[in-house]
This record gives sequence, structure tokens and C-alpha cells, in this order.
Amino acid sequence: MTTLQTVFAKAKADNRAALVGYLPAGFPSKDGAIAAAAALVEAGCDVIEIGLPYSDPLMDGPTIQDAVHRSLTNGTRIADVMRTVEGVAATGAATLVMTYWNPIDKYGADRFARDLANAGGVGTITPDLTPEESEPWRAASAAAGIDTVFLVAPSSTEQRIKAVVDCCTGFVYAASLMGVTGARESVNVAAEGLVERTKAHTDLPVCVGLGVGTGAQAAEVAAYADGVIVGSAFIRRILDAPDEAAGLESVATLARDMARGVRR
Amino acid sequence: MANEGTILTAADLAGNGARGDDPDVHGKFGIFGGRYVPEALIPALDEVAAVYEKAKNDAEFLREFDHLLRTYAGRPTTLTDVPRFSERAGGARIVLKREDLTHTGAHKINNVLGQALLTKRLGKKRVIAETGAGQHGVATATAAALLGLECVIYMGAVDCERQALNVARMKLLGATVVPVTNGSQTLKDAINEAFRDWVTNVDTTHYLFGTVAGPHPFPEIVRDFARIIGVEARRQMLELTGKLPDAVCAAVGGGSNAIGVFHAFIGDQDVALHGYEAAGHGLESGEHALTLTAGSVGVLHGSRTYVLQDDEGQTIESHSISAGLDYPGVGPEHAWLKDSGRATYHGVTDDEAMAAFSLLARTEGIIPAIESSHALAGALELGRELGPAATILVNLSGRGDKDMGTAMKYFNL
Ligand SMILES: Cc1ncc(COP(=O)(O)O)c(C=O)c1O
Repeated sequence: MTTLQTVFAKAKADNRAALVGYLPAGFPSKDGAIAAAAALVEAGCDVIEIGLPYSDPLMDGPTIQDAVHRSLTNGTRIADVMRTVEGVAATGAATLVMTYWNPIDKYGADRFARDLANAGGVGTITPDLTPEESEPWRAASAAAGIDTVFLVAPSSTEQRIKAVVDCCTGFVYAASLMGVTGARESVNVAAEGLVERTKAHTDLPVCVGLGVGTGAQAAEVAAYADGVIVGSAFIRRILDAPDEAAGLESVATLARDMARGVRR
Repeated sequence: MANEGTILTAADLAGNGARGDDPDVHGKFGIFGGRYVPEALIPALDEVAAVYEKAKNDAEFLREFDHLLRTYAGRPTTLTDVPRFSERAGGARIVLKREDLTHTGAHKINNVLGQALLTKRLGKKRVIAETGAGQHGVATATAAALLGLECVIYMGAVDCERQALNVARMKLLGATVVPVTNGSQTLKDAINEAFRDWVTNVDTTHYLFGTVAGPHPFPEIVRDFARIIGVEARRQMLELTGKLPDAVCAAVGGGSNAIGVFHAFIGDQDVALHGYEAAGHGLESGEHALTLTAGSVGVLHGSRTYVLQDDEGQTIESHSISAGLDYPGVGPEHAWLKDSGRATYHGVTDDEAMAAFSLLARTEGIIPAIESSHALAGALELGRELGPAATILVNLSGRGDKDMGTAMKYFNL
């Protein structure tokens, strides 16, 4: 199994940033999600985040909301998320689950961590789980041997950054901007400062997400971050494609562009 | 430390921990409450909490709030005995707390005026809010007009239709109303959208949250600003009847009018507290908003509380004829009051609520909000249970003008 440690160590040895791709499970279909993630890996993504579709995604912009809505309409369940993780992990990419807290809470923290580890998952990203509320999840994850990634934001004080990174293993997710997910015209200039402030508190890799949509933007972020996270831009390609095959093709093209970006 | 000549004291606004029923530093009421939000919002929530902490102990803030409550909102609101209505409650004496007589027509104005003053202290120029029935939206638009703040209201598209009159009121007051077309297109989706706006514009914007749900410190702040309802009513009941009521009844959507009227009575162990949720088409139909009665513990909109959710934590859409109760979550303090046994929660169906709505109109000449009609229906049944010696205080949280469209359809008027 490829761990986050090996991914970031290898990227560092290659003198480049890692490329992290996000796709929700069950979108555009249950098998289509695995195929799309495999295409991302094939095109050069080092890490895949599989989104667990949730009914109330209050941190997500219209693109991910749309994809998640379709996934839930497709009847995606947590078992499907685990199956997706299994399929993606088999490609050799380090595979995480990104989810709002309530589905884990309801499923049972210990059970979720165990099932994810058994599926070959290496950890989770939980954007609405604050350090104050994270203890049960960190304990369950440690017991199952998976990583816990939390977010810092441009608005985070030094004290908050410290509290968040102390809860992280694997890497730290730096939200580039104040806002919801979605590709933007340009990557917020605040991101670089946030990475710098975060690195003052941790030796963990720091990855930047929110708003990265092109290879050029990936290159720009790769100059100061250990990883570049791309989600909405990939999903947009699939949403705009006339069918699943065309979507795969389009997403792979963008991923290759991004992969060149992080190697520039 | 009562302010001479005012109706409001610091102790009225909040107990400052003295009653032992304030949340802890993390905003926890027992296991409920807390904060489950993106990290980006934490500094804003901390700021709101800090500014509120200072304001509630500041005589100048209390004076301003008190002044607005009296001269603008029309407080104190009166109690009204409703003997003809009470005949249908087995003769128990029902007394209404008349929040319907406040400016803008519902209890929501109390919280809104308090938070609008906080917005000024936060140095912010823009407020956003979610609304279900439109009463919180109207109240927010009103306070924004009064204090010169820009105002954007998020409202589910379904609610925009059933509360069209309130949409027009908000627009007239200068607010921008954004219909929310995702999910169930009701209150829960309006809250999601308001959070998305807030995280994007938090530097300039205060999220003027409309009920006692959401992340800490909203459940505490909204409760404290609504608390005046029960503080007045307790005093007034003693004056009117010479004793405390046997029971206090209120409708529960997010829970603000209920906590507002309950809170001053929490220490009075002989006063039973009853909350009424919307049972919609009935529990068995699956079309209801019985969050406390039939939900389970989970996290929704930043807070651990009771939630209508499936076995994998996906929110189940609620249903109620009343937009203000059509919400699959509830404030964490109610979850705590339920589990501790201090308050009891029940369901009232659409039909039961509409019967009480029409009964109060015909027997007393008061047209209540459909939300409040759930509490009235509950009181009718409770009265029959308790018998003619009982006195029941009902929080009439709002007036029914906004509900005429629904009533016309329901009663074929
Ligand atoms: C008149 C009235 N009562 C009750 C409610 C329900 O809200 P809460 O439970 O927060 O009092 C509303 C909400 O819009 C309302 O307008």
C-alpha cells in the first residue's frame, strides 16, 4: 500500500509537489467514479481523495454540490464509498476519503476507520471537524492506522494553526481562500502566506486546495506548497462532457496538464 | 443591577452562568452543541462570542437594546386571557403571551435587534440571514433598514412561494431575497447557502442567525436575546394570576421562541415545559418535522443535536404546513432539556394545528401564525389532561397575516 509518507517523500526526492485529485464516489456513476479516479492516477495524480456524498455540503460550491447531488440520486451509500476506495487504492495511489463529519459520526467512528483501512484507504480529510471535537476521530484513526487531515484557512490565527496541525497526520490541508470549493480565475495570493505560516508550526507536508483549475495555476502553487489539490475543475470536465467516455478523456487531459504543472 | 427605568437588566438578558445552564467554553450543553464548521469560520465565531460577552455586561449596550425593544419592537408585550378558547381545553385557563403584537409580528424581532446592535459593534456593514416562514427575514430586513446595514436574505424557493407576502415585505424594506433552489428548497438549504455566503464574505458580513441552532455561540446569543419573552411573562403571570403557571407551551422549529419563553422558568421545578414540533402528515407518513420526538443524535449546521437523518447520517427532508417549523434540526439546548427530562416534546399534525388556528380566530378574534398554532393545539390537549384548575401559558410567537395564502388554500376561503 502506498502511504502519504511515501508519496510526499518521493515527490520531494523528485523536487516537485504532489498532485492530489478529488472526485466524489458515485459520480458520474458508481463504476464511473472508479474509472475517473484511475484516469487521474494514470495521468499523474499521486493522491486521490474520494468524496463521501452528503446531503448538506455547506462548504461546497455549485460544481461539487451538483456532482454530489447526482451521486446521492444514484443511491450512493457508504459501502459504495468503501468499494470506490478499494478500486482506486488498487491503482497504487494513496487514497483518502473526504467527508463531512456526520456520516462518520452516524456510521460509528471506530467502524468507519476500520472499514476504510480494510478497503486500503490511508486516511480522511474532515473539513467541518474542529480540533475541539476531533478527539474521538483521532483515536479511532490511530487505532486503525489511518491518517487524519484537517484544514487551516487564511483567517486562522497562529494559535488556531497550531491547534489544527497538532491534530494532523499525513499532511495539512491549507484552504487557499475564504470561500467554498470551486475553480477560480486565479489562485488567491493569501495561499502562499498561509503555507508559510503553517510550516512554522509543523514538519508535515502542506497541500493547497480551493480554486486550482489549470496547469499554470498548479505550477504556481507547486512553487511553494508540498501538494496541489484539484477537485471542482476535474468535476466540471465530467459534468460538461456529453457522455462518460468523453468525460474520462477530458479529465485525463486536464490531469496531464496539472501533472506537468507540478513538475515545472 | 437593574437599569433605572428600563425593562431589561443584565440578569434578564443572561444569567452569566449563575443558573448553571449556560453552555461550557466550547458551547456544549452536556453532549450537545459545540462547533462543527469549516476552520475558516472559527475566527468569526470567536469574534462574535467575544463581542457578545463584552456587550452583555455593558450598560450602554443594554440601554440601547432596551430602548429598541420598548420604543421600536413594542415591548413589553401583553398577556391575554382567552376564556372562550379555553372552554375547548377542558376549562383549563389558557393565557397567551402576545409576541404577535411586536413590530413585524413575531418573536424574531427580539433576537434580530440584539444581533443588529452586535453587528454595529463588530464593525460590519452587511448582514445575511436565512428564513423559513419569512418572519426572521422580515425582522432582519427591518433592523437592517433601521440601522443602515446592507441585507441579503436566503430563503428556500418552496418557502418563497408559500410565504410570498413576506418576500414582498423584505424587498420593500430594501433587502435582497435570494431564492435557494437546491436540496429540499426550504429552511435547511437556505442555512447552507447563508453559510456559503458567510465563509466568502466574513470580513464585511455578520450572519444574523435566526434561531437557537447552529454553531456556538449562536444558540446562547439567540436564546439570551429571546429570553425577555419568559422574563416578562413570568412577572406578568404572577401579577395576573398570583402564581406561576402549571405549564408553559411553545412551538419548536429551531427552538428560539420556545427557549425564549421557557428559560426564565427552568428553575421553577413545578412549572412543566412543553414544546410542540410539527408532525406534518403524521409520524407514520414519514412527512413531518419531529426532530426531537423521532430524530436521532447527530450533527447538522454546525451543532450536535437531534437530527432527522437516515442510517448513514444523510439529512431527511422535513415536512410541515408551517414553513417556520419545517426544519430537520433543532437547537442543542432543547436536545439537552429533552434528555435531562426538564422539558417534554410532542408532535402536532398539520390538521390539528390548522384546527387550533381557526378556533383561536373564531373564539378570540386573534389570527395566530401557523407555527404558534402548533402550541395552541398542544395546549388544548394539555388542558383537557390537566383539568379546569390548571393554568397554561402559551407563547403566541407570531401573527397569521403571512399565512393567509396557506389558509385560503386549506380552508377554501
Ligand atoms: C411565528 C413563528 N413562530 C415560530 C417559529 C419557529 O422558529 P423557532 O422555533 O426558532 O421559534 C417561526 C419561524 O419562522 C415563526 O415565524
